[in-house]
Amino acid sequence: MTTPKTFNVTVRVWRQVGPGREGRFVEYPARGVNPDMSFLEMLDVLNDELAARGEEPIAFSHDCREGICGTCSLVINGKPHGPNHGVASCQTYMRSFRDGDRIVVEPFRARAFPVIKDLVTDRSAFDTIQQAGGFITARTGSAPEANAAPVPKHVADLAMDAAQCIGCGACVAACKNSSAMLFVASKVSHLGLLPQGQPERDSRVLAMVSTMDGLGFGGCTNQYECSAACPKLISHDFIARLNRDYTKAVFRSAFKPEPAGGGET
Amino acid sequence: MALLESRIPPGALADKWRRHKADMRLVNPANKRKYEVVVVGAGLAGASAAASLSELGYAVSCFVFHDSPRRAHSIAAQGGINAAKNYPNDGDSVHRLFNDTVKGGDYRSREANVHRLAEVSGDIIDQCVAQGVPFAREYGGLLANRSFGGAQVSRTFYARGQTGQQLLLGAYSALSRAIGSGGVKLHTQSEMLDLVVVDGHAKGIVARNLLTGEVTRHSADAVVLATGGYGNVFNLSTYARGSNATAIWRAYKRGACFANPCFTQIHPTCIPVTGDYQSKLTLMSESLRNDGRIWVPLRKEDRLKPAASIPEADRDYYLERIYPSFGNLCPRDVASRAAKRVCDEGRGVGETGLGVYLDFSEAIGRLGEAGVRERYGNLFDIYHEITNEDAYRVPMRIFPAVHYTMGGLWVDYNLMSNVPGLFVLGEANFSDHGANRLGASALMQGLADGYFVLPYTISGYLASQKPGSRPPADGPEFMQAEAAVGAVTRRLLSVRGTRPVSYFHKRLGHILWQHCGMARNRAGLEKALQEIPALREEFWAGGLVPGTGDSLNQSLERAVRVADFLELGELMCRDALAREESCGCHFREEHQYPDGECKRDDVNFAHVAAWEYAGEGDVPVRNTEPLTYEAVKMSVRNYK
Ligand SMILES: Cc1cc2nc3c(=O)[nH]c(=O)nc-3n(C[C@H](O)[C@H](O)[C@H](O)COP(=O)(O)OP(=O)(O)OC[C@H]3O[C@@H](n4cnc5c(N)ncnc54)[C@H](O)[C@@H]3O)c2cc1C
Ligand code: SF4
Ligand code: FES
Repeated sequence: MTTPKTFNVTVRVWRQVGPGREGRFVEYPARGVNPDMSFLEMLDVLNDELAARGEEPIAFSHDCREGICGTCSLVINGKPHGPNHGVASCQTYMRSFRDGDRIVVEPFRARAFPVIKDLVTDRSAFDTIQQAGGFITARTGSAPEANAAPVPKHVADLAMDAAQCIGCGACVAACKNSSAMLFVASKVSHLGLLPQGQPERDSRVLAMVSTMDGLGFGGCTNQYECSAACPKLISHDFIARLNRDYTKAVFRSAFKPEPAGGGET
Repeated sequence: MALLESRIPPGALADKWRRHKADMRLVNPANKRKYEVVVVGAGLAGASAAASLSELGYAVSCFVFHDSPRRAHSIAAQGGINAAKNYPNDGDSVHRLFNDTVKGGDYRSREANVHRLAEVSGDIIDQCVAQGVPFAREYGGLLANRSFGGAQVSRTFYARGQTGQQLLLGAYSALSRAIGSGGVKLHTQSEMLDLVVVDGHAKGIVARNLLTGEVTRHSADAVVLATGGYGNVFNLSTYARGSNATAIWRAYKRGACFANPCFTQIHPTCIPVTGDYQSKLTLMSESLRNDGRIWVPLRKEDRLKPAASIPEADRDYYLERIYPSFGNLCPRDVASRAAKRVCDEGRGVGETGLGVYLDFSEAIGRLGEAGVRERYGNLFDIYHEITNEDAYRVPMRIFPAVHYTMGGLWVDYNLMSNVPGLFVLGEANFSDHGANRLGASALMQGLADGYFVLPYTISGYLASQKPGSRPPADGPEFMQAEAAVGAVTRRLLSVRGTRPVSYFHKRLGHILWQHCGMARNRAGLEKALQEIPALREEFWAGGLVPGTGDSLNQSLERAVRVADFLELGELMCRDALAREESCGCHFREEHQYPDGECKRDDVNFAHVAAWEYAGEGDVPVRNTEPLTYEAVKMSVRNYK
């Protein structure tokens, strides 16, 4: 391990004082950047400098700073969550950049995610979709013994692959239609794969999709920019699964009153 | 003096909870919707409580400072959750989990609470599986387990390295369902800044909307705080940046006692600090200690040599050497102190000398790289992102970091504080972990509190309150609290000094890490008790909080929290100074055995210290709740 050499970059940041207000790019020099710094730590240091100069610091969302809470949401050089594959903005380190780089930083842009301030957006639409059906109804205290219903390992593993979604919205920001299909597909697949999720399988997918449509997200045209930007690399195969589930649910709800109950995986 | 009634039910330990539930006063189902319960927080504890209370029929309002309940810090828990299911058939039982937890906490927790926790642990797993939490499974489809520190059985359930995420998403889905059906009213980006106490009872809160700056008053029949831990008082920690003490601190200033504030867990396996710009420390899950072996070079001279070039004979696998029966899986406090000791001896690795190796070469030999990847792949990825090092090739470097707070608001057996009507759940209370928490038991406690304890115990209190008797939100106590909140915000914005809030936070962190961290002594604590008030004065005279209070202002948010940390830090040192013994995480250098282990003083300190606010500038009162052990024998913890 050697002491890393620091370098200088310029960050070109989207500044917007409030919702619905006009925004613009402003450039700031960031000097003495350590390659081991995270991108957000670089912004922290810059913000302290701005404050010291009497300027308002740049607002950006963050919390866990380890890629799991889904709060951070920067578009860096045109890419949601930055240049690296399979990581969130907070897991982007300055070693991905070079001395003299000019780095463009924007908020996630989508009609359903209005800007609140600078780089902070309102992603509450995702919560609304969850509230519509992203759950298995299991009243506290009513659960059967956990090992009573075994779940084949490959099914549990696939459900876990889908369940890893951190709800960040990068899929929406990456999609030219601002579709939320990958986000919805991950939840629908996670729950729909498991035996516990069968009783509400049809109602869940119908409610989540119709809520998504009503919130201003666009349709999916199978470009798969979403999976490429997803920090958890959630596969677009789940979108195909969602489409199948949705079609079956529409069909069943039209012809048969009873919902899916089978263990189809 | 505050009245600390533990309200432990009578009867044999194993019967207490069953009998207590059977004897509990109930609220008539038709009356439940007439009771308004404010739940602050939607981590594991808050989300499970809010959802469960609403299922029972109470009118619930839930407040979080996050933009979504799914972002609570619980989401970051990696390793797992304990439960006494005994699926592996390795001799586990409720009694053993209870016993391990009391012993792990170095006999400073309340026996009856811990027993209840162990009793409901199995129900939690059932509940989570029913919600669709995708726990790891065996090939036969049954649930898998692994082991964690401080236990000799495998009782930890996990979902890859993202157990907290999956458990939280389960609780969040139950909460979402309740919100969707109108049972819970959700207030996001609303920070509770004061507790309202009317006639001695908690009857509401004052919150500030972080987007608009609007301050609002909310009246309730009972208030539940599930606001998480306060480890960010140290600035650098494994907590999410937003985690803070403000809710419990303001409740403390309204009369709720703060128990054992100095009990903070320093986790042995975190990625070491690299620079002054650093904003957080990242945990490497304790589960890694199942397969990783911890060592440092036997000789100081070797500490900067490449690990691979140091032959076996020149390595010191110090945990295996000192604690042969628990080895790398000894409890956290023990493992952290051992790491500190070898680094103090000059044998720490890495540039700073503040690091030890966590080596997987033996595991890779045994399981193959793919086997190790299957178990810990995402942790190795995180390690690589942060350090740019490949832990499949070179050992990880780790060092202890602040991770959890066992201290918190004092609660009785019903999880109610000494202020009637104020319930405290999850990491925000002090209850179950004594002076050291065992791995995989915080998730267990948070969910136990929210799903299986509070929904029963809150009815005992509410049944004593007439439906519809809650005070109006424009009563004098509410108006006074609202005015106080506004005054603090205005004062912070009016200082306009020269130093950013981060400067004060870092300095406070240094003071606490140095004097109230892994090792403490009288002189150091007395020094800290001089330095912290001075720093606080400096903050109020020279802090720089830019912007205004009527829109999103992240500098102001942090300033509010740091202002409270600057007070809490002092109380922690006061508590550490008063506790003239060593126990669990609290290692007073004056009180140790010749081999460097903790020397408890059960004659004088087998009690909970519950601090009571005495007013601005006055020395708080140290109340005590004696701890009596009927089922376990207090002994010197031995992991050797
Ligand atoms: C990196 C890491 C890994 C961990 N791994 C494990 C593990 O493997 N096993 C284990 O058992 N434990 C683990 N823990 C510990 C465990 O995750 C926490 O103790 C636990 O999740 C805390 O849950 P909680 O519900 O009490 O609080 P939190 O999850 O912190 O939730 C707090 C909630 O309160 C809200 N809030 C706080 N203050 C206010 C306010 N003033 N106004 C409004 N809302 C407020 C927040 O918005 C949030 O919703 C880990 C901890 C860390 C840091
Ligand atoms: S699917 Fe991926 S990109 Fe979309 S919200 Fe989930 S984690 Fe983020
Ligand atoms: S800050 Fe939590 S995912 Fe980036």
